[in-house]
Amino acid sequence: MTIANTSRLTPYLFLAPSLTVLGLALLYPVGYMVYASFLNWNPSQHIGQAEWVGLRNYLFLINDPSFRESLFVTLKFAAAVVSIEMILGVGLALLLDRQLRGMTLLRTLFILPMMIAPIVVGLMWRYLYHPTVGPLNRSLSALGMETVPWLSDSGWALVSIVIADIWQWTPFIFILALAALQSLPKSVMEAARIDGATGWQQIWHIKLPLMLPVLIVTCLLRLIDAFKVLEVVLVLTNGGPGLSTEILSLRIARTASEFRELGKAAAMSNLLLLGLMVLTAAMFAYSKWMETRAARLRKAAEADAA
Amino acid sequence: MPEIVFDKVEKRYGAVQVLKPLDLTLRDGEFTVLVGPSGCGKSTTLRILAGLETLSGGEIYFNGLPVSRLDPKDRDIAMVFQDYALYPHMNIARNMSFALRLQRRPKAEIDARIRTVAEMLNIGHLLERKPAELSGGQRQRVAMGRALVRDASTFLFDEPLSNLDAKLRARMRTELAELRQRIARNMVYVTHDQIEAMTLGDRIVVMHDGVIQQQGTPQELFEQPVNRFVAGFIGSPTMNFLTAEVVGEGDGLAVTGKGFRLPLDAATARRLGATGRRPVTVGIRPTAFVPAHADAAPLDLKVIVAEYLGASAVLATLCGGTEVLVETTATPLPRPGDVVRFGVPAGAIMIFDNDNGQRL
Ligand SMILES: Nc1ncnc2c1ncn2[C@@H]1O[C@H](COP(=O)(O)OP(=O)(O)OP(=O)(O)O)[C@@H](O)[C@H]1O
Ligand SMILES: [Mg+2]
Repeated sequence: MTIANTSRLTPYLFLAPSLTVLGLALLYPVGYMVYASFLNWNPSQHIGQAEWVGLRNYLFLINDPSFRESLFVTLKFAAAVVSIEMILGVGLALLLDRQLRGMTLLRTLFILPMMIAPIVVGLMWRYLYHPTVGPLNRSLSALGMETVPWLSDSGWALVSIVIADIWQWTPFIFILALAALQSLPKSVMEAARIDGATGWQQIWHIKLPLMLPVLIVTCLLRLIDAFKVLEVVLVLTNGGPGLSTEILSLRIARTASEFRELGKAAAMSNLLLLGLMVLTAAMFAYSKWMETRAARLRKAAEADAA
Repeated sequence: MPEIVFDKVEKRYGAVQVLKPLDLTLRDGEFTVLVGPSGCGKSTTLRILAGLETLSGGEIYFNGLPVSRLDPKDRDIAMVFQDYALYPHMNIARNMSFALRLQRRPKAEIDARIRTVAEMLNIGHLLERKPAELSGGQRQRVAMGRALVRDASTFLFDEPLSNLDAKLRARMRTELAELRQRIARNMVYVTHDQIEAMTLGDRIVVMHDGVIQQQGTPQELFEQPVNRFVAGFIGSPTMNFLTAEVVGEGDGLAVTGKGFRLPLDAATARRLGATGRRPVTVGIRPTAFVPAHADAAPLDLKVIVAEYLGASAVLATLCGGTEVLVETTATPLPRPGDVVRFGVPAGAIMIFDNDNGQRL
């Protein structure tokens, strides 16, 4: 072994301990879960006693109408919250991106919801949605309008959890969009004004295209998060009425604790994980692509200047 | 094309007064050059004119109409930014056509205009590229092109040639000079290169510390600078300044200092008025020196370095310990160490007040 070889290996040698710990902490539970998904496993059993069923858990899930319903609810929920939050968050950022007095305070107030623990958010909204004493329905009846069955109607329940999620997570998109806006080159905006662009045209032709890389990453991050949402829904509706708000993570929890089918719960988790991994991979692929593109552009410019 | 009038325009950033009340008239179709050292407020003046900066006081009139509340897009202005400000996500063709596309001009017209301007600026081969794929000089030309494709009534240029190499800059200067003959538009051009200022400007405005020092044709500024700053700023090589004293000489006046005594002509003497010794600064342009002869006051200068420039030469010389530059076409060149006698015509001597720098 040459010296060059040794020194090339040195960094890995130093990384080895932490890599080992990380690998165990990460791979062990995932491996455990993959293994469990091939078992018909009741919580009262030791894992060794569980019956090996191969892919039957997965086959069952694919044909299970409740699981498919749950998947569909999750997709609906994620699509609704992410698209509405993106529009609201970016819109607010565009609106509040100006130097006015009091703007700093306003911005701070705006991001407060994001800092509240999800359980608390759930409890708070449960109170707001309360059919008789909740402020929402009380205001409605005070205005002489009909009250809304926020959480008890299967149509409204999904809308209600979507609203709560929007309330909590729009600020996340707002601050990222605002940061993106404020880092846009100032003179480019000035050039657009000189070129005769109206406010809308500046947004449409200049600001949004320049913010796009940040917005895409933000959107993917939110999407990943929306697929994993649990606490707020748990507190607000616990999946009901019926299966109308039973999102995947909730169904997984119930399968494990209520139906006592650990194997099926593990299989579901794996499917969710797979979906999230695809999204994450998409995000990494995107930022990698942006990076290589930027590097290529820089190279071309340098080659040209030389 | 509007006549543009600055009426006591002021600009403050907090407590800092960047522009002192400023009066300026840009006549219809005139090419105005703002020159001055870095930080003197040239860009600020331009940005106020464009509407990118608000006024802290005064008013700007286009053809008599106040415009200080108008948006940039309503002022019919095209501008080349000092830092280019190209749209990073559009290719060069789309950068240049942005304003025209917003105006919904026909595609054929847009294409034709871009082709003409791109050819003039020699950027035709870059049209498909993004700004990040260009060198600094190319970006600067694109920035210029983006302004020139528009038919705005006023063009603002903020140091548009600063990043080009000497040859390209000279070519672009010529192109601009031609362009200005062809299109009768108001042009306001910021530079700190006084050669650009002299060759391009119908009118030059010299600024210093947010104050207009003097404005006039290149010739006026060169021949009749009102103060020491303008005299030193305009002209290359720069004017020589010598500390001196005004003394009586016969029935006229003379200036005298270490190593020289130069009689003044009657007109200057009259302007200086009362005789009596008083300290002043004497200014003599390097080009004013002539070979010694009877009509010019003799001045002995010790050559330190001779720089040969081809058609002429610049001599760095010493006069009583002060460096004096002399531009001469005389051959053969004197050698370092030689003492050469030059003549200084009385009309070429400018006298500046020592306290406020005003020309006397
Ligand atoms: N936003 C600002 N806040 C405070 N001071 C500013 C601001 N913008 C410019 N200034 C100051 O105003 C003065 C004039 O600036 P300006 O950009 O007009 O200079 P300039 O003549 O264009 O200089 P240069 O030749 O370097 O471009 C400078 O002293 C600068 O520090
Ligand atoms: Mg400037």
